[in-house]
Amino acid sequence: MHEPWQGLFGQYVGTSFVDLLRQQAPDLLASQPLDGVAQTRTEPHGVLGIPSGTTILALRYADGVIVAGDRQATEGYQVAHRRIEKVYKTDEHSVIAIAGAAGPAIEMARLFQTELEHYEKVEGDGLSLEGKANKLGQMIRMNLPMAMQGLVVVPIFAGYDLRRAEGRIFKYDVTGGRYEETDYYATGSGGKDARNTLKRLFRAGASREEGLRWTAEALVDAAEEDVGTGGPDFVHGIFPTVKVVTRAGFEDVPEGEVRAQCEAVVAARRQGS
Amino acid sequence: MPLPYYVSPEQMMKDKAEYARKGIARGRSIVALEYEDGILLVAENPSTLLHKISEIYDRIAFAGVGKYNEFENLRIAGVRHADLKGYSYCREDVTAKALANAYSQALGNIFTEGLKPFEVEILVVELADGANGKNEMYHIVYDGSIEDERNYAAMGGQAEEIRRFLKEHYREGLALTEAVRLGIRALTVTQNKTLTERDLEVAVLDRKRERRKFRRIANGELRAILGRPEPSEGSRPMGTS
Repeated sequence: MHEPWQGLFGQYVGTSFVDLLRQQAPDLLASQPLDGVAQTRTEPHGVLGIPSGTTILALRYADGVIVAGDRQATEGYQVAHRRIEKVYKTDEHSVIAIAGAAGPAIEMARLFQTELEHYEKVEGDGLSLEGKANKLGQMIRMNLPMAMQGLVVVPIFAGYDLRRAEGRIFKYDVTGGRYEETDYYATGSGGKDARNTLKRLFRAGASREEGLRWTAEALVDAAEEDVGTGGPDFVHGIFPTVKVVTRAGFEDVPEGEVRAQCEAVVAARRQGS
Repeated sequence: MPLPYYVSPEQMMKDKAEYARKGIARGRSIVALEYEDGILLVAENPSTLLHKISEIYDRIAFAGVGKYNEFENLRIAGVRHADLKGYSYCREDVTAKALANAYSQALGNIFTEGLKPFEVEILVVELADGANGKNEMYHIVYDGSIEDERNYAAMGGQAEEIRRFLKEHYREGLALTEAVRLGIRALTVTQNKTLTERDLEVAVLDRKRERRKFRRIANGELRAILGRPEPSEGSRPMGTS
């Protein structure tokens, strides 16, 4: 049905921003495989010429979830950026952490933020946490053609579920498969090392202080074992990004606090050796 | 086939305008006021679910009077316009001016080409960016006419009287509490009744907030502003929504 006002605003009726883009500005959706580009060569740390390499993690604690990531992007054997952000606030009660090819991953985080806000404004009410997690799964599946060319994006999505009154963590695979983790999860090139650390330290119902300490331990371990992960950089003053989400909402952990935790971890190791 | 009756263009436009105006006059009014920290919007609206005032984008809000389904369509179209623009360029590039123009074009087209004009009046307001900028308030009516307003704006059935009242009583740099009270007094200027928090929908674009400046003032807070005691039946104010 064509209404006169639709001429100016398009034909789309629905609440999804991604679907709106697909109809009205498909060129802004970078999900199509690039013609004439063969499989990009995969290196140990990402596709050649495309920044990647990461450790991101999420863990549950008494009041909600902690989500963190290192700050380095790697391009082949080079450091591409030292201060990249890998953890983004998606709305008042959720956070996305990204791993994989930096360009598409950051774009996906931005699109996902817009999607959630758009839905909230059009409907007058936000999606449930589970609904948000499912939507992100669909967006990752949309990226599958690019993933087949080597531009893989695998985020962690975490947030505070107001209906269940608890923090929740979701991980994804390349095909958009969505799996819920009950305690903690880490991914990216240093993900395995971070997971090992968290496995050793984690227990349910931790305080914020403990959670932040484990986060620092896991990220320092990952940086020690994985060349694609940047450790706390006391020379340039670069520290991991750490965010928490609780019932009260989203909060950036102040850099001073993250720095103090990193210093404590490094000091303890210095004493041990 | 019988020939259609001849109706002069003037007559046709007059009829349409009269039709639209009648529809709008039935609606309850809305006022917008600039206050010290931003822009305040007050509507008489007993429904807590069907909004007349809403968020469009970071610094932009929307208010509509008249037929609900029609201004609701315009509101959603506005959210799409804003989100699409903000995503393809930058959040700062989304402006009330561009949006108000698009609304004006759309309403103008509907008025001249459509069988039935929209029975709506809408207000698009934008909070100033930074310390030196000016707040913007665009008032767009059913035939696409657009005006930019200063300090205060009113629309709906009693808009004329309300404007006259505000012209006398408005002053710059009002605190939020004063502005809310003034807004409510303005809404009741033509009627002999007091509006309680249950009859009102109030929202602000608050300069002091982070990125998204739009905030609804919930019943509990409104009651405090109006200086009324908590209701005795123990009903709790609404939580975050």
